[in-house]
Amino acid sequence: MLTFNTQKKSTKKLAKPLLIAGLLTLGLSACNDNDNAETPPEEVPTEYSYSLTLTNLTYAQPLSPAAVLLHGDAKMWQVGQAASVALEKLAEGGDNTDFIALENNLATATAEGPTLPGTSVTVNISTMDPTATYLTVATMLVNTNDAFSGLTGVDISTLTLNQEKSWRLNVYDSGTEQNNEAAGTIPGPADGGVGYDSTRNDIDLVGYHSGVVSKDDGLPSSVLTQAHRFDNPAVKLTITRTK
Amino acid sequence: MKVIKKSPITSTLSVLALALASSTTMAQELSITVTNLTQGLYFTPVITAAHTSENHIFMAGEMASDELQAMAEGGSISGLSSILTNADANINENPAGGLLAPAMSASFDLTNDSTNTHLSLTAMVLPSNDGFVGLDSWKIPEEAGTYTVFLNAYDAGTEANDELRGSGAPGEAGMPVPPPLDPLLGMNGTGVTDMESNDKVHIHRGSLGDSDMSAGTSDINNSVQRWLNPVAKLTITVK
Repeated sequence: MLTFNTQKKSTKKLAKPLLIAGLLTLGLSACNDNDNAETPPEEVPTEYSYSLTLTNLTYAQPLSPAAVLLHGDAKMWQVGQAASVALEKLAEGGDNTDFIALENNLATATAEGPTLPGTSVTVNISTMDPTATYLTVATMLVNTNDAFSGLTGVDISTLTLNQEKSWRLNVYDSGTEQNNEAAGTIPGPADGGVGYDSTRNDIDLVGYHSGVVSKDDGLPSSVLTQAHRFDNPAVKLTITRTK
Repeated sequence: MKVIKKSPITSTLSVLALALASSTTMAQELSITVTNLTQGLYFTPVITAAHTSENHIFMAGEMASDELQAMAEGGSISGLSSILTNADANINENPAGGLLAPAMSASFDLTNDSTNTHLSLTAMVLPSNDGFVGLDSWKIPEEAGTYTVFLNAYDAGTEANDELRGSGAPGEAGMPVPPPLDPLLGMNGTGVTDMESNDKVHIHRGSLGDSDMSAGTSDINNSVQRWLNPVAKLTITVK
């Protein structure tokens, strides 16, 4: 941190004379322009870019390819509301295709592949749209029936250039599939079972996940072991505005 | 735990503090939403209070008061309500009009007097023997805005977590079973434990449960009625 600060300061010092020179040039060219017919300066569209780093904090829950969305003021899920089919597909099968294709999205990005426990992935996202100031990130814990982590509808409009913000994210349950942990129902490597199933046989309301039980802790029909248990938080997310 | 207790010294200090603060501090208008984040737990009627900084309805690491015990074992908030009333707290009771079901929210307004600078909230979580969700004396911000607080589940330390159908009366074994919970619980469990070796308020270790609805050690369904913290979210708007 200290090193970083020092570097930043010295860069600033160097930048000052350059900036002044730049202003002088601008001033001169402005004078020249006075002779010509007045043309309003063209508005250069601003590009907003963000770099997001997601770290898997769990022991043995790979995370499905993370979906990153920018949109207007909206929430893609809410505790107490039914999950959309797009979210259900992400939460039950780890497939973010429909979630990324949602109509309200103004900019989208996806992680290339799954994020294994103890590893991180960085996803970059850019937009020219000044209204794309709300962030949603979602990823499935793949050794579960329908657990996902993420955040949604978070206002990032106040982020300044190079500013960084972090969250530790809890685990939701999409409420669309019973947590029976049964063979054939879990898409992750613990089972290799079916992901998305359109039948909704659970509470059908999004809520926080109660954790997996596993066959080692009292659910004999579970394909999961003690190793697949998790606790909150499961994911660390950091966003940095880069443009 | 001695709750809502004022020693003569703190009372004097409170009067002084009031005199000093009255010129700058005003009563506040609060708009509060409590969300049950879980998919398998019910909350009994919620009690919320704004009170002075030296008061607590519970404190982790301290013994539960009789009033807290009655709430944590049976969901009764009348005892807590009366000690809070005696302490001139601003109180809201039962905003959900009964049980706050899984994933549901309840909203209410609360106006707090200028001396009632701290907020506490509690409700029993079901199914449990003496589990409760709690907020202990959170300082209410002076600046207008919306604040979010996540709440954990505590154990009152007053009853053994046998996880069996039983009584909600203080000091009696077992869990109270109100109607919506009746079909969701197992039966004929043999009991997880008859010991409560930690008699102080502590973070609940969670329920064990089992997968057998008609036998086993527990009447709690382990794939539905367990939880991970946090179990509740509080959204507080200071106007």
